[in-house]
Amino acid sequence: MSQIAEYAVVFLLLTGGFFTLVGAIGLARLPDFYTRLHGPTKATTVGIGAIVLASVVYFSTRGEGIAIAEMLIMVFLFITAPISANMIAKAAMHMQIEPTEGTRGRTWDQ
Amino acid sequence: MLDKLTFPQPYLSLLLFVVWQFLSDGVSGASVVMGLVLAWTIPLITHGFWPERPAFIRAWKLPGYMGIVLMDIVLASVSVAKLILSGRNPKPAFVSYPLTLDHPLAITILASTISLTPGTVSADVSDDQKLLLIHALDAESDDEVIKDIHERYERRLLEMFK
Amino acid sequence: MITIALQITIAMVVVAALLNVYRLIKGPDAPDRVLALDTLYINAIGLIILLGISLGTRMYLEAALLIAVMGFIGTVALAKYLKRGSVIE
Repeated sequence: MSQIAEYAVVFLLLTGGFFTLVGAIGLARLPDFYTRLHGPTKATTVGIGAIVLASVVYFSTRGEGIAIAEMLIMVFLFITAPISANMIAKAAMHMQIEPTEGTRGRTWDQ
Repeated sequence: MLDKLTFPQPYLSLLLFVVWQFLSDGVSGASVVMGLVLAWTIPLITHGFWPERPAFIRAWKLPGYMGIVLMDIVLASVSVAKLILSGRNPKPAFVSYPLTLDHPLAITILASTISLTPGTVSADVSDDQKLLLIHALDAESDDEVIKDIHERYERRLLEMFK
Repeated sequence: MITIALQITIAMVVVAALLNVYRLIKGPDAPDRVLALDTLYINAIGLIILLGISLGTRMYLEAALLIAVMGFIGTVALAKYLKRGSVIE
């Protein structure tokens, strides 16, 4: 494996781990449900995306042909993350979970 | 039998074909044949589940749009990460976004884009499909959020769906 | 160098999973728990891929793909149950 590929894998791995951790910290720390929704949909998705890319680069540069099947996981996560966030948000609004104090605007339920 | 050898849903068929090439790790003779078989049979079998035709007019603009969204996703994660690690409490807001798009698929794409990009999650679409409820994680003013989304994404989607 | 980076990354993802479990236990409401489960399965995918890299095999790829698909369906089913009281209407 070339030096550049190795650096790329290390960089992608650490970026992925960092964002996954940040997403989880956001989930644990932010004050109410609606703000907690932001951590996992963005940070965790990007984090896992970076880890998947690291895997693609790692296995593709070992000289056994390209390994792009992992990309499907990333694409799938990027498509499904907003949908599941939307579904959970709808459920929360239906259950009339109160947003934290100082939130402008209000939820609706229909 | 051969007169049935058509692709009623070209985009779905193309998507299935490309996904199969990914799953079999690159293009080879076997994967192309299998991909073609899948791209032909799956749309035929699932025909009844797709009530509406896709309404892309300018589908070639989609890759450019996806490029912009991908860039924004990375930037969004950095800004959300900054906020989460800074330790201060955010200023959240619910914003009602007036939609000018009217095709359901276009609205779906816009809502998904909003969920993945800076500081906003789309929460609901009103029943008449005129309003989109957005939760902004850290917004100073509603108008800014609305203007931002319109300039960056909805304008481009309007060009694709007409 | 990759080995060290792998260990650090695995440690970070495990800490992330533990934080998700904390939210899963603490709640306070059902949607919070569903959200925690959702994040937890995404982290599990990450851990499986990391395991694959550290063992140098791509055998676990299918498992990761299946978890991605099943986890998404599980989240949607749970959210739908919370909203409507039933999954299939």
